[in-house]
Amino acid sequence: MSTTHVVDKIDETLTPQQGRPPLNVVYEWLRTVDHKKIGLMYIAYALVFLIIGGVEATLMRIQLAIPNNHFVSPQVFNQLFTMHGTTMVFFVGMPILFGFGNYLVPLMIGARDMAFPRLNAFSFWVSAFAGLLLYFSYVGGSGLYAAGSAPDVGWFAYAPLTAKVFSPGHSTDYWTLAIFLSGIGSIGTALNIVTTIICMRCKDMKLSRMPLLVWLYLVMSSLVFVAVSPLTAAQVMLTLDRYLGSHFFDTQAGGSAVLWMHFFWIFGHPEVYVLVLPAFAFVNEIVPVFSRKAIFGYPAMVAASVGIGFISLSVWAHHMFTVGMGAAANTFFVFATMVISVPTGIKIFNWLATIWGGHVIFRTPMIFCVAFLFQFLVAGLTGIMLSVAPFDWQLGNSYFVVAHFHYVLVGAILTALFGAFYYWYPKITGRMMSESLGKWHFWLFIIGFHLTFDFMHVPGLLGMPRRIYTYEAGRGWEGWNIIVGIGVVFQALGTLCFVYNLVHSYVKGKEAGHDPWDAWTLEWSTSSPPPDYNFAVLPTVNSRRPLWDLKHPEDPDSDYE
Amino acid sequence: MSDTVGISIASTREAPWTLPYRGTVGMACLIVAESAIFVIFVVAYIFYLGKSLTGPTPAQVLELPIFGTVCLLSSSITVHLAVATLRKGMLRASTGWLASTVFLGLIFLITTVREWYHLIDDEGLTIQTNLFGTTYYSLVGLHATHVVFGLIMLSLLLGFSLFGLVREEHSEKVETLALYWHFVDAVWVVVFTVVYVLGR
Amino acid sequence: MSLSAKQKRTVYGAGGLSFDWAFRTILCLAVLFVKPVDAQSPTNIFSPAATPAHSIFGVAMLVLGVTLFIFLVVAGLLFYALIRYRNRPGDSNREPAQIYGSNQIELSWTVIPILIVVMLFLSTTRVILETQAIPKPDNAMNVTVIGHQFWWEYRYPQLGVVTANELHIPLSDPAHPTPTYLTMSSADVSHSFWVPRLAGKMDVIPNKINTMWIDPQHPGLYLGQCAQYCGTQHAKMLLRVYAQTPADFAVWVNQQRQLAVRDFTGNVKAAEGQTVFMHNACINCHTVAGTVANGRFGPDLTHMASRDTIASGAIQNTPENLRAWIDNPNSMKPGSLMPAMHLNDQDLDLITAYLTQLR
Repeated sequence: MSTTHVVDKIDETLTPQQGRPPLNVVYEWLRTVDHKKIGLMYIAYALVFLIIGGVEATLMRIQLAIPNNHFVSPQVFNQLFTMHGTTMVFFVGMPILFGFGNYLVPLMIGARDMAFPRLNAFSFWVSAFAGLLLYFSYVGGSGLYAAGSAPDVGWFAYAPLTAKVFSPGHSTDYWTLAIFLSGIGSIGTALNIVTTIICMRCKDMKLSRMPLLVWLYLVMSSLVFVAVSPLTAAQVMLTLDRYLGSHFFDTQAGGSAVLWMHFFWIFGHPEVYVLVLPAFAFVNEIVPVFSRKAIFGYPAMVAASVGIGFISLSVWAHHMFTVGMGAAANTFFVFATMVISVPTGIKIFNWLATIWGGHVIFRTPMIFCVAFLFQFLVAGLTGIMLSVAPFDWQLGNSYFVVAHFHYVLVGAILTALFGAFYYWYPKITGRMMSESLGKWHFWLFIIGFHLTFDFMHVPGLLGMPRRIYTYEAGRGWEGWNIIVGIGVVFQALGTLCFVYNLVHSYVKGKEAGHDPWDAWTLEWSTSSPPPDYNFAVLPTVNSRRPLWDLKHPEDPDSDYE
Repeated sequence: MSDTVGISIASTREAPWTLPYRGTVGMACLIVAESAIFVIFVVAYIFYLGKSLTGPTPAQVLELPIFGTVCLLSSSITVHLAVATLRKGMLRASTGWLASTVFLGLIFLITTVREWYHLIDDEGLTIQTNLFGTTYYSLVGLHATHVVFGLIMLSLLLGFSLFGLVREEHSEKVETLALYWHFVDAVWVVVFTVVYVLGR
Repeated sequence: MSLSAKQKRTVYGAGGLSFDWAFRTILCLAVLFVKPVDAQSPTNIFSPAATPAHSIFGVAMLVLGVTLFIFLVVAGLLFYALIRYRNRPGDSNREPAQIYGSNQIELSWTVIPILIVVMLFLSTTRVILETQAIPKPDNAMNVTVIGHQFWWEYRYPQLGVVTANELHIPLSDPAHPTPTYLTMSSADVSHSFWVPRLAGKMDVIPNKINTMWIDPQHPGLYLGQCAQYCGTQHAKMLLRVYAQTPADFAVWVNQQRQLAVRDFTGNVKAAEGQTVFMHNACINCHTVAGTVANGRFGPDLTHMASRDTIASGAIQNTPENLRAWIDNPNSMKPGSLMPAMHLNDQDLDLITAYLTQLR
């Protein structure tokens, strides 16, 4: 691949980072409002919690490896699955995706920073505090069980289990408050991203010329407003119930347990689209570059993304098929859920068509995206199975559902994230990650992923419900649970490779230059790492791939758009 | 703002590249998020209408808060005039309209306080009493909290304005705050309709 | 309004067979995949034993077939593309043709999925209606199910029977169906009633009444467990459904309708145990019909010795286990809401001797 210095006017005189007293560096990071530093802090924070969440999962898998095990008590197990789910969604998923968005969106639209830099910093620190608050519950508070008073009501905290009478002490309050604060941080960052995209694009970057990553972050952030707010409202209601004696979810006073479920899932379903849209964003950028072809069907990709955003607001009660909503409601939600598979399928076909006829280069970012494509396909298909309400009456609340959503969260989102790490690490640090370590990471992780999550579907089909700390022998679940546990070992080893690669490459990695992948979007036109001000001169663009136009003046994209 | 050099191939259009003001877009986003929160509380209110097991019903204890509503909705007009006069450079008029807005907002809050005092003391309706109490106080209370926050911001602005620090070039920023205030009033229209008109 | 015999047969006896073609083509795959584990699992959803489970099995096979087909096509194309279009040594000098889109291709892969969705949707709707939206026949057996933390209460209103944790129901003959209708609610938090071989699960929610029906056609014990996280011992809130021939069921009902055994001539320990029991706090939580014990918080103990298990299926009902349970429930089911009764050894022996007589 050729690398081209496309802009000669970049100012390379950066303040040397070596030789500054460590305390100054720390102080600078604590006070920063620069989107790149904030983005990196989000990512680092999320990686720490990824490890912690993984440890929680490992402890659970050990407990479940054999029937009637006594590795942890039921109380501790119930805290583990609550904390694992809450951590992974709110303190890994959201921060890491906002971190990438923070870093990349201004660069990709040719801006110098986000629209509201101080709000950006505030949002990060509120979210960070929220995570620490949640984990303080393990050691603090006045709880009744071992392991402090960490919440044990499940990450969706169904009422009335969360009422004061069924969950005394403060464990539930840690959950409520931590997520409430995290929600404030999320809304703040989403607000920032939307405003940045609408108001700070460089000259002539019309909406129809934005990179698809930017489009997807626009849809994702808009979804955050409409999705996270219901959860915030529900948590205020729950806290009023617990402390002021109100009756929102108090079934003894005529309140409704189902109302909590509606409010939670009105948040919960769009939330999973909030998590997956950025994964699509990364794949949208990486696959074309490593197939050496423009993305196939850009307008359809935009329409499908926006469509997915809208439809995702109407499917929430497919999490409630077993609640007894009645045939009419069940039928409506079946329909809406099935409909969302159409734009999702369009995206998969467009990726396939992008690869078709290209020159596919299997470097680490691409192989993770390839794994994403297969795994997301499977995840979507098990989703279609679950959308068939009668089938969901068997599969719902079983390990089949756990397998399905981990297939999306780990097999699609985390896999795409790994690809994004390998792709943008050179831009962020100026050094390439090790390809061989990358391949070790890939194979170890993928083998582990499939051992765990392919075979996890089977106990679900054999009647194993979720959130049980142990199970009876003789149900046919034992062997499968052991295989699931073995996969964890491989995933852990793969993740260790990855973390080592991150650190080792920072010190010893090959120098990357501006544009190691011969890519086409604006972030590759500035230095690696970019200067504080991103671009010496704010660019003007004429097409969706400004760098392609410069590298191929005989055949620019602007002729075809 | 930016020099158009470097990356452009021949740019055929010379039309100015203008994007919306970020304050307006940011506030619009905040309004969308806050609206979603209010929608949930309104849904809870409507869902629980008629479902209380005991206690006073809306028809028994609620009276139309006409005076407070008129004050609050008028304050939308005054804040709009504050922005309009500021844009034209009529700084003293702007300050006067701002002061009216704060005053009218305060009157609204006082009417709400008096209403709640009456409900708690005379009718025995609290947030614990029944489903109506729960949903009524939380919805109206959430709105009142937003009014308080708006009044704090407006008062700060009024303070700056009295010291002559708010001028024509700040009109976009003032308009952003005015937008928030309009939102608060729009929410009240919904709350008023749902709680005091349809719900009784 | 009752259904004609023919209508009942269609609805109750033959739901699954309406997807005959799907069965034929896909059953072999299902058999290959699930048969090896089927033999070991009493809770296999692909081993239906009642009409609701059969209906679900049918539509499940359909959607499995459709998704398998989609997977093979898309994954196959993807696999092919990755190999056929991989970068070869000579390719680095030039970029491939840049294709930005194609209206015809994009239209076709929009329309075809829409058609698949419509087909799946209609098939699904049919099963929803034939399970959830049918009227109850007059000869249905009615059982009220009440979920508790962490046990199941069963009341047969027309028969005057109250029991706990082990649900006995009559078989249903497809020719003359006698399904069992469960009317369910919860006394505390949300639970879910799931016996995979009989039907899909239905949540059991406080302040809400849900209904479902089951019609097993072969006698036996069907296992399941609570499927909605309900607290510490959610994992051990097990379900045991005994489907019995009409004759056996009638015998069971007759026995359950009797008041508790009170005559202990010849069994001094049991008689003394009864006295100890009636003078302890046991009577505040448990009911023994015909005595002063009339608590509703815990399971009805009138005929507890006739059950195979205690602690909602978690523990075999033997005198040793029973004694250990009464001594300290949390040692066997930590988080159970029954407190340790702090009885001395002698009282424990006596109460155990009494309870084991309550057949």
